[in-house]
Amino acid sequence: MDALDLARWQFGVTTVYHFLFVPLTIGLGVYVAGLQTAWHLTGKEHYLRLTKFFGKLFLINFAMGVVTGIVQEFQFGMNWSEYSTFVGDVFGAPLALEALLAFFLESTFLGLWIFGWDRLPRRIHLACLWAAVIGSNLSAYFILAANAWMKHPVGYEVVDGRARMTDLWAVLTNSTALAQVPHVVAASFVVAGGFVIAVAGYRILRERGLAVRPGRRNAPAVQDATVPMRRLPDMWRTSLRAALVMTAIAGAVVAGSGDLSGQLLREQQPMKLAAAEGLRHDTAGAPFSIAPGVEVPGLLSLLAAHDPGATVQGVDDIQARYEKAFGPADYIPNLPVVFWSFRVMIGFGMATVGLSVLGLWLTRRRRRGGTAKPVPGWFARLCVLALPLPAVAIISGWLLSEIGRQPWTVQGELMTAASVSPGVSLGEVAITLAVFTVLYGVLAVAEGVLLVRHVKAGPEVPPIESAPAGAAPARPDDARLTPTLMY
Amino acid sequence: MTTFWFIVIAFLWTGYFVLEGFDFGVGALLPLLSRSEADRRQVLGTIGPVWDGNEVWLITAIGAMFAAFPAWYSGLLSGFYLAVFLVIAGLIVRGVGLEWRGKVHSRREIALCDAGIVVGSVLPAFLWGAIFGNLLFGTAPATVLGGALSLSVAVLHGAVFVALKTTGGVRARARRAALLAAVGALPMAIATLPSVPGRGPAWTLGTALLAASALAAGVTLVWGRREGWAFTATATAIAATTATVFGVLWTAPLPGLTLAEAASAPYTLTVLTWIGLFALPGVIAYQAWTYWVFRKRLTAGVH
Ligand code: HDD
Ligand code: HEM
Ligand code: HEM
Repeated sequence: MDALDLARWQFGVTTVYHFLFVPLTIGLGVYVAGLQTAWHLTGKEHYLRLTKFFGKLFLINFAMGVVTGIVQEFQFGMNWSEYSTFVGDVFGAPLALEALLAFFLESTFLGLWIFGWDRLPRRIHLACLWAAVIGSNLSAYFILAANAWMKHPVGYEVVDGRARMTDLWAVLTNSTALAQVPHVVAASFVVAGGFVIAVAGYRILRERGLAVRPGRRNAPAVQDATVPMRRLPDMWRTSLRAALVMTAIAGAVVAGSGDLSGQLLREQQPMKLAAAEGLRHDTAGAPFSIAPGVEVPGLLSLLAAHDPGATVQGVDDIQARYEKAFGPADYIPNLPVVFWSFRVMIGFGMATVGLSVLGLWLTRRRRRGGTAKPVPGWFARLCVLALPLPAVAIISGWLLSEIGRQPWTVQGELMTAASVSPGVSLGEVAITLAVFTVLYGVLAVAEGVLLVRHVKAGPEVPPIESAPAGAAPARPDDARLTPTLMY
Repeated sequence: MTTFWFIVIAFLWTGYFVLEGFDFGVGALLPLLSRSEADRRQVLGTIGPVWDGNEVWLITAIGAMFAAFPAWYSGLLSGFYLAVFLVIAGLIVRGVGLEWRGKVHSRREIALCDAGIVVGSVLPAFLWGAIFGNLLFGTAPATVLGGALSLSVAVLHGAVFVALKTTGGVRARARRAALLAAVGALPMAIATLPSVPGRGPAWTLGTALLAASALAAGVTLVWGRREGWAFTATATAIAATTATVFGVLWTAPLPGLTLAEAASAPYTLTVLTWIGLFALPGVIAYQAWTYWVFRKRLTAGVH
């Protein structure tokens, strides 16, 4: 163990952790904004209830996204000072733009949204949420452009041992970024959609007095604090269907952009592609293993080149080529991790998408009569799975992407071993890694408890006023408007 | 270009210290200004809508340093490794404390959030001063003094802010707290500030004097219940102090490093300039609007 190993662990732990909360923020923000827009347009009370209910879950999660993001901003300088000095010119620019153009927007307007329920005209209050949500999604774009540059560096030249940017536009429109942004953002919508599906499924079971796990019994719904739901029987169905639609559409975008990423890998990061299959030698008509030993001939070539006969480079042959180009070293990433993370990403993620398509079919409207089918109990139970599956999928995707890039931090330019801070000792990294891990562990449990508690409690019981769309702005100090989202 | 970007970064840090300065002060004073849960909500309500936006000034300052002076960014953060780490840890517990406080149920959980807010306000407020004190003088006493000064000024600034934004018992206690904090801050400022300019360009003497006199003016104005003007004065004091510190750092942002060596290529600085020129005024405008929306004083119970 040296400081480099620990710094890598620290980066992995803190970044994966940051990325547990980020997808939910990205997707759930849009979902909540959609709900509030629906309330604004229709004036129907259940949209307001849902807005506040999911808004609260969104905020609990948002807090974690923010505080773990701060760590990210600093740790390039703390642990990876050689890297930062080498790439700052290029890599720092999107980061600075992210803060300036995205984070300010997001945090300022979210503050206005949280505290502005009774202070701002409705229209403007809604616009504040949209501004914040746009900020979140913009931030994803900038950081992913930075990340894509590490995989496929463009728009720069190396002068005196430092990368110098020559073309910002090239950095921001990097082909890798243009494939990665839709992939990650759409995957985030799958994660958030899955979260809502699970929550709605759980509420449906609970309010019907059904157990989440078959064979057990829940307390009957009458004891539930959310009895007023009976007046609004369709609330969870509405929210479920909206989430199913969101997940299904996002799923199609994820698959399309993932396919594009695969093709870019063949040109830009052949080692990662080879590692994802464990392909040892250059092969024409390369197969894809669904599991070890179960091969579909030509599928990898089809995926990577849209041609079942195309040649895909193999790990050992690339190693030999890299040794010739960059000198002797081990250029092969951790093969089992890359292999499995690829399958888990696709399998778990697309399973969620499949579940959402199934759900849309089951809950479709009958052609005549127009009555809605009730959500079957077994499907509502299945819905709970939509929480963990895409979360594991999205993290696996990142493991594929980042571990598959090793030993490079910047593909073809800078190795991970040369990126670390020379002046930071083993002890220092050990202390910070330990404290981060413990602190993050405690906070994760706390967030889990808070979310579960709020899901169990359901939406606020006290009547929330509900005025028709376009009504006069609420007056401040109006007692009926006890704002529920405030401190 | 290099000088211009140095000024931009100094400006971003100034914005951060002026804005987050009162957030830290408010957080640190939370237990002292409140007799009841209603009081605590009133105190925290003053910063509730704005603290996250204020924190982004730091993120932007750090991001801009990364882009414009990579070697300064990485040298500073890896050089002050453990101190920076403690700042981050503080910001983490403060952030979740503030965000989750209204979403937990039991008294014990609220107390935990409050503890996070207090610790997470005191730690960074002290450590930023310590880091810059050490950067300027490199000695242990300067480090401690820098920290104590920045903490006490933040507390004063925060107390004035609460006095400006509230009514009733909280306002009265905030006034007293401000006067008490001044007893600590003023002598330290007078002892420290004049020794800083010795190392920097001549004009820093002017900003140092401005800082000390603005601080003194602030205290007098609190005494006279002119809280709006008092807040302007403490904000000016912090801004002038930051200007002084960066004035000195201008010659050597880190020991053994010059700005020119640390800087990015002219191309990067130029494109960033154009984008910043359009974006920063917008940011300032909508943040100012936020303060306008929440301009009313908070009374207990309604906020
Ligand atoms: C719900 C999550 C999810 C789902 C269902 C998928 N992905 Fe994915 N994938 C991600 C979540 C993700 C990710 C976590 O967001 C990654 C990590 C880095 C990135 O750009 O996106 C990723 C990376 C990633 C990469 C590596 C890109 C690189 O490192 O340059 C490839 C080739 C694919 N994906 C391909 C696919 C294909 C062909 C899919 C199915 C049809 C697929 N992904 C479904
Ligand atoms: C745009 C954002 C990102 C950037 C700029 C980035 C950059 C980096 C850097 C600098 C390292 C350390 C050096 C190295 O070990 O290669 C790294 C490693 C790593 N990153 Fe990323 N990363 C990003 C996003 C993510 C995300 C979202 C995840 C996972 C959720 C992730 C997972 C990892 C892991 C697990 C490692 C350790 C790999 C190893 O050292 O073996 N990264 N990345
Ligand atoms: C390793 C590189 C990363 C850095 C330096 C970084 C930096 C940050 C910072 C400083 C914040 C807090 C902003 C605030 O106070 O409002 C944050 C939050 C956020 N980050 Fe990251 N981040 C990284 C990885 C990622 C990735 C890979 C994504 C998305 C694909 C992402 C998307 C977001 C979003 C949407 C937010 C705002 C929502 C939230 O706070 O939960 N970040 N990030």
